[in-house]
Amino acid sequence: MEILRKVGASVLDGLAYVGALAFLAGRAAYFTFIGPLLGKPVRFQRAVSQAMEAGVRALPILSLITFFIGLILALQAAYELRRFGAMSYVASAVALSMTRELGPLITAVIVIGRSGSAFAAELGTMKVTEEIDALETMAIDPVSFLVAPKFTAMILMVPCLTIWANFMGILGGSLFGVAQADFTFWRYITASLDALYLRDVITGLIKSFMFGGTITAVGCLEGLNTAGGAEQVGRSTTRAVVMSIFLVILVDLVFTMLFFFLGEH
Amino acid sequence: MAKVPELRRDASDSFEGPMISLRDLRVSYSGREILHGISFDVQRGETLVILGGSGSGKSTLLRTLVGLEKPTSGEVWIRGKNFAAISEAERDELRTRLGMSFQGGALFGSMTVGENVALPLQEHTKLEPSTVEIMVRLKLDQVGLSGFEDFLPSQLSGGMKKRAAVARAMAMDPEILFFDEPSAGLDPIIAAGIDQLILELKKAFHMTIIVVTHELASAFLIADRMVLINKGEVVALGTVQEMQKSIHPRVRQFLDRVPEPAVAQELDYLQMLTEPASKSSEGRQGKSR
Repeated sequence: MEILRKVGASVLDGLAYVGALAFLAGRAAYFTFIGPLLGKPVRFQRAVSQAMEAGVRALPILSLITFFIGLILALQAAYELRRFGAMSYVASAVALSMTRELGPLITAVIVIGRSGSAFAAELGTMKVTEEIDALETMAIDPVSFLVAPKFTAMILMVPCLTIWANFMGILGGSLFGVAQADFTFWRYITASLDALYLRDVITGLIKSFMFGGTITAVGCLEGLNTAGGAEQVGRSTTRAVVMSIFLVILVDLVFTMLFFFLGEH
Repeated sequence: MAKVPELRRDASDSFEGPMISLRDLRVSYSGREILHGISFDVQRGETLVILGGSGSGKSTLLRTLVGLEKPTSGEVWIRGKNFAAISEAERDELRTRLGMSFQGGALFGSMTVGENVALPLQEHTKLEPSTVEIMVRLKLDQVGLSGFEDFLPSQLSGGMKKRAAVARAMAMDPEILFFDEPSAGLDPIIAAGIDQLILELKKAFHMTIIVVTHELASAFLIADRMVLINKGEVVALGTVQEMQKSIHPRVRQFLDRVPEPAVAQELDYLQMLTEPASKSSEGRQGKSR
């Protein structure tokens, strides 16, 4: 009985958390998409500086990591394909797993580490130093002022980063392809492109769009929920990272299942 | 967010009557009542100092006055409007008439001092950037911070941060200015400077000013009237002279700085902090007015 009660309580807590996330993301989406139609434009300058920080500055590390991931994928694929003398399929294996799954996922993980945690720390600090309260007393909505520009930046930049990650992954795979599988560089790239359907790229991008929204909502919610002092800011940041990774994988699962069953018909 | 078309509001919009009116205000945090029925009025142009020890509920009272906390029951009337019963747009409009200076300043760390002061103007008015710039310079001048527009808050000293926060609070020419512990954490000379600033604002702009503090010297200097809050209740309310003459034991204890008797049990301590005095042995005698 006690166990049931505990499980029930955790499920309710979980649902309440997801509800709070959806509410925050919904309000941020309102200020991003509906607000401009009602004559309240998105704070363009703030959104641009967020896009710069979350997007452009992530490029070096993202490029390096996804290049390695592409190379690892090629090696792993070749391990099995070699036995069947099907090394020419390395290119398509790398291209497909990058664009459909690992490109969006690795990008999300890097963005969580760089930006999701930063959102929680920034908003958490603002909460404990009463800056969020100050915004409210000045009749400035903290969601419109702080969360919406991040939301706008993230839903634009995470898909862009994902496209770049896909490209770098394929490039990483080509290193193996050229060195070990008798590809020329251009033949490897052509083989990758031939293996891909537009559908594969688009499903990956839809996922990454959802990841961008999820990461922003979790980071900002954890920041805004910070109560107490500096120690709590650290805790919020940790929670933001852990919850973001969990929810990104959950969203990934849901969408992968959705695309799988939709793709059957 | 409500846009206020002009910074200077209509003269016909002026309001007669108490600027702030509290009616049996009660506030609870997670089931525990912090304020147990507070009532008082503040008139236009008056400076009211809210005194009280740590944990007395004075900060909660201030947060409720500016609408950061919701009352569990009772009413907060600001300029004749019930804070809890008005629409979001009306509340935003009302908030542009209030200015709040937070304890730590609460300046936005990523923005310069000038940008901090300009923010309410950019958000709520359609003033030209050049006009905003002039207004910012004017406000900073009023608090003695001319030339600090391009400094970041982290480059300012504690006292300067407070002054910058006052400049930001005054950006929209508020009718009521709230101060949370204006002299906390400042050395006596800087603190005296902040008191002087409050007195100047009072004289120059005839603003209604609410100050929460536990600094007695500062309170006696700036107050027209004072209210002493203890355990979430009003113990005494009166002019500076009335408070000085009060024989209420709690007022005397606070003004004469007599320490609280040692409390052995943690539970007793919590009870002592939060339980209404009327429930404990101490009566509510001598509420002077």
